[in-house]
Amino acid sequence: MTDLVTATEAALEGELPGARGELSHGVLNALRAPAGAPLPDPGSAERADPLGDDLQLALYVSYELHYRGFAEVDPAWEWDPALLAVRAAMERRFLHALRDRTAGHPDVHDALDELLVEPVDGTGVSYFLRDEGQLWHLREYAAMRSLYHLKEADPHAWVIPRLHGRAKAAFVAVEFDEFGGGRAERVHARLFADLMADLGLDPSYGRYLDAAPAEMLSNVNLMSLLGLHRAHRGALVGHFATVEVTSSPGSRRLAEAMRRTGAGPAAEHFYAEHVTADAVHEQIVRRDVIGGLLADEPSLASDVAFGIAATTCLEDRLGDRLMAAWQDGSTSLRAPL
Amino acid sequence: MLVEGPVEVVLDDGTIVRSDRFTVALCTCRRSRTYPWCDTSHRRRGRR
Ligand code: FES
Ligand SMILES: [Fe+2]
Ligand SMILES: [Fe+2]
Repeated sequence: MTDLVTATEAALEGELPGARGELSHGVLNALRAPAGAPLPDPGSAERADPLGDDLQLALYVSYELHYRGFAEVDPAWEWDPALLAVRAAMERRFLHALRDRTAGHPDVHDALDELLVEPVDGTGVSYFLRDEGQLWHLREYAAMRSLYHLKEADPHAWVIPRLHGRAKAAFVAVEFDEFGGGRAERVHARLFADLMADLGLDPSYGRYLDAAPAEMLSNVNLMSLLGLHRAHRGALVGHFATVEVTSSPGSRRLAEAMRRTGAGPAAEHFYAEHVTADAVHEQIVRRDVIGGLLADEPSLASDVAFGIAATTCLEDRLGDRLMAAWQDGSTSLRAPL
Repeated sequence: MLVEGPVEVVLDDGTIVRSDRFTVALCTCRRSRTYPWCDTSHRRRGRR
């Protein structure tokens, strides 16, 4: 019998981050006051770089209100119409930038085929970490990724009511695995918190938000954007498929990196678990989630393909940032740990 | 190959391994490094 009440109450919410420009400053300032306080006008989203720190942070913060929120922020902000208007202006800029960068992307079948080919001479973050990563690289990587993994699979859960039949059943089955298959100690977000502890990082929710650059924020913002809008359900499924299909081989390399550096058993386990879990998930996602969705709604095929392309584009951008920093021996974060 | 979990697999040497995942991917290509579970080692290799 497990205790219904735990002795120590961990903080569920994160702290508000520091501003990174005019737009995020305006949004963060407003959030310190009760809902309804004056916000930057939506036009200020037009002046910010759509993939830059200022807009991506303001967008991240406005999405976070739908997850765990922030300590001492009025929960009514979540549905504040004026904040939703600023958010919509940021989303338009973000989507436009993504459409621009993925113009001419392949169709869904070709896109999946491409993801399913293992490169013979792969390069990039997971190869670097496997072959020459040191503990400080792994710590930076985990701090960065904690923005997603501490709420792993949550952004995708928004799509459940928008799926039906085969797609829904298969999607929920995979999510059930992500959420620990009924066991709290196996929830993937929890496995990641254990990995962070092995690496000597603080697993508190939101702890590394200030440290994470726009390239990481935009990754998480993409999932929230696609998850929170029913109109983007096809792209959300494309996002989910991309993560699941690419995860197994990448996780194998990261598990090896954790083992070689002696990061610890929980650190290794998080990635080892994803090697076999995602070998299952990717097959189910391709056959039943994408297959089921497109059987119900064939017109969503190009949205699914866009989701794959946008995810790959932002992942590549993050990878470039990490490798550029590490190749000259400097931190990939906004400030070293 | 996907099979419904939980499963117990008897390996060639008689040892029994178990997975209680809702669905399990069994390796049929024999290349998996987590045999008998698939680890996507069956994938075609090439240039992206
Ligand atoms: S079938 Fe052997 S690794 Fe997938
Ligand atoms: Fe996972
Ligand atoms: Fe997964």
